[in-house]
Amino acid sequence: MTQLAQSKAAVSIVQAAPPLFELRGISKEFPGVKALDDVSFSVWPGEVHMLLGENGAGKSSLMKVLCGAYRADHGSFHYNGETVEIASPADAQKLGIAVIFQEFSLVPYLDIAQNIFLGREPAGRVPGTIDRKKILADAKRVLDSIGFDIDPAIRIEKLGVAQQQMVEIAKAISQNARILVMDEPTAALSDRETELLFALIARLKADGVAIIYISHRMAEVFSLGDRITVLRDGRRIDEVKPGAVSSDDLVRMMVGRSVDMSYPRTFAESPGKVMLEVRGLSSASGIAGIDLVVRQGEIVGLCGLVGSGRTEVVRAIFGADKATAGQILFDGQEKSGGPDEAARLGLALIPESRKAEGLALIRSVGDNLIVSALRKIFPRGFFDQGKSRQVANDLIRQLRIVTPSDKQAVGLLSGGNQQKVVIGKWLAAGAKLFIFDEPTRGIDVGAKAEIFALIDRLVADGAAALMISSEQAEICHVCDRAYVMCDGRIAGELARHELSEEKIVKLGMHHA
Amino acid sequence: MTDISKPITGGRMLLSDEMIQVFYRLLAAFLICAALTILTNSFFSLGNILNVLRQASLLFFIASGLTLVVLTGGLDLSIGANVAISACIAGTVIHQTGSPTLGVLTGIGVGGAVGMLNGVMVTALRIPSFIATYGMLWVLHGITYWYMGGETMHGFPAGFRQIGSGYFLGLPIPVYLLLVFLAIGTIFAQRTTWGQEIYAIGANPVAARLSGIPVARRLLLVYTVSGAMAGLASIIFLARLNSAEADIGESLTLPAIAAVLIGGTSLFGGLGTVFGTFVGALILTLVLNGMNLLSVNASWQPLVTGVIVILAVWLDMKTRRRAA
Repeated sequence: MTQLAQSKAAVSIVQAAPPLFELRGISKEFPGVKALDDVSFSVWPGEVHMLLGENGAGKSSLMKVLCGAYRADHGSFHYNGETVEIASPADAQKLGIAVIFQEFSLVPYLDIAQNIFLGREPAGRVPGTIDRKKILADAKRVLDSIGFDIDPAIRIEKLGVAQQQMVEIAKAISQNARILVMDEPTAALSDRETELLFALIARLKADGVAIIYISHRMAEVFSLGDRITVLRDGRRIDEVKPGAVSSDDLVRMMVGRSVDMSYPRTFAESPGKVMLEVRGLSSASGIAGIDLVVRQGEIVGLCGLVGSGRTEVVRAIFGADKATAGQILFDGQEKSGGPDEAARLGLALIPESRKAEGLALIRSVGDNLIVSALRKIFPRGFFDQGKSRQVANDLIRQLRIVTPSDKQAVGLLSGGNQQKVVIGKWLAAGAKLFIFDEPTRGIDVGAKAEIFALIDRLVADGAAALMISSEQAEICHVCDRAYVMCDGRIAGELARHELSEEKIVKLGMHHA
Repeated sequence: MTDISKPITGGRMLLSDEMIQVFYRLLAAFLICAALTILTNSFFSLGNILNVLRQASLLFFIASGLTLVVLTGGLDLSIGANVAISACIAGTVIHQTGSPTLGVLTGIGVGGAVGMLNGVMVTALRIPSFIATYGMLWVLHGITYWYMGGETMHGFPAGFRQIGSGYFLGLPIPVYLLLVFLAIGTIFAQRTTWGQEIYAIGANPVAARLSGIPVARRLLLVYTVSGAMAGLASIIFLARLNSAEADIGESLTLPAIAAVLIGGTSLFGGLGTVFGTFVGALILTLVLNGMNLLSVNASWQPLVTGVIVILAVWLDMKTRRRAA
């Protein structure tokens, strides 16, 4: 990595000039959340600026503000010392800002050249046609400039993730991008591919491109970064040099909060019988060898970074994804079927996306509340509107769901009340194990406390809960135990007295 | 400002959206009848009204099964071709065995089997219903044309023909069948847990599956029922026409979809009623009957059908409260 070292030396010289690009006091608010709060940030040409933070710290929002997808509420942008405006993606492009998202924006059925010059194709002699020779030659030149040796006539769908990433970068370079934003670019790459990417980054640095790099991997934060900015809760915590801090320091900065959460939780003296036991569970969605146990009266946390496989684990347990290996024992009984079997046995899944996976938005609150309990309430198969409304209204009262009536379409309720409907649906079904996937996402503080009170009551009454959450503070506060995931595996288990945000973050980090 | 002391279950809350939508349609059907009574001399006669009901019943048989499919968010384009193959095979069975009972069972059985095949394609092979049943349409056409070889089947036992053209207590037999299946369809959709699950699947199939509904089994049932209803329609067709050929029923698919849409069932699934489809079939039949009586050139009929479908769906979208 001598190339990297050289370019690091070059940076210190360049930094005497104003930064290539600078954000000052950027704020962005959404109803109920301050996504970005007075964030300042700068990059010099030929520099890799690392952006570090937990899920929800504001990295994605910052990136979206940079590329013009969001408009900042406050703050200013400066390009080479001059004030500029970013009100649209076109503005960002004009400034030479390009973002390489984790989800690529390439068209799979077009070839590399067409993707690089999408919307800017060189015109052929006949109006409306593309000059095929020129587009291929131009593409070849761009690809050569980043050292990517490939035939530009190959269609994108034939390429692997790493190659597609190269095409994305080539596309950005062809648009004269001077500021490249990369969102966890190594997340899907093999070691060999990662090396190639790092070589390309060194090359881009040498050409004076400024790189903003979002990462969860400590190793690359130190080896690649010229500076590191840590975000937390939408605020910039600090900007540091990699030589001046340890990885423990960084973890502390990412977590370092002592929010007092007064969620009620009555911990049981001793946990009850084993409700769920999972042994060596694997599925096609990338999880492998998962072992976990949930006992009656427990709330067990499932933590880890977004993409570490938490949702995939609970989907496999519930039967929404097919298990390829392993065993799931529920209440001592082996289960292997789909969600209908899970529901019949007494499992409940409260999915992360209420609207897409939890509710039928066009149907009424009442219809949604009884949908999983139809078999239980009407064992003979004949549905009775009166009985159904009675059950629904009991739940509405019991859970204090705020709705004008059980006939109201559930899509018109607030997020917190919608979540209560999803939970109520499983209460009606008489579920014994509740699996929550980010139960408080998009819910305001008051409703959060109510949801946790509800979960607490459930387990106190003899149910059990498995809870995914990206909010480590929540996990630490309400869970009896927690498993931490990393790269599709369980990286560790933390008992109640061991639970701390720092431990969770540390276990969940990639150490490769 | 709203008065918060007012009871929240007042006004339209008492009537469900579905009931309101059906009420509008009944009103429209009534207005069409009134207009035709005034405009023509021949509309308001027993003979004509029975004729309208009999025609509407044929359309309803196919459209009622289709309604269930559409309620799940799917579509069955093979129903017309299913009528043809079911009629031709049932006709052969009756000719060979002389047993109308066996013929009826065959017709419904073949129709149901075709429907089940559609269901398997949609659930096990995960082919979008639109494409699976569209392919099935061609396959069935091919088989039926090969099977019939350009021949026409004639002459069925008089007892069998009663199903299509007979009367009981002054009403055509198909009208009784219409009432029976309207009742069964409505009870199934509104008063059984399976019916409720079908609505839930149509409103959000992902959520339905994660709520523990056996989505694949319900879909299989719904496509099978749709096919069986096409089989039933084929029997009544056969009995009424007293003949069968390969292109019998070919022209029924699009009017059946029209009846479902005019009846207020959403093509996106989860909204609609079997009773609405009955009213839709009635409205469509009334309009076409009225145009005949008014001596409007028959070539205008498709245009009018299209306009009614578009109008009905547009009005639905305007009047339904949006929640999604």
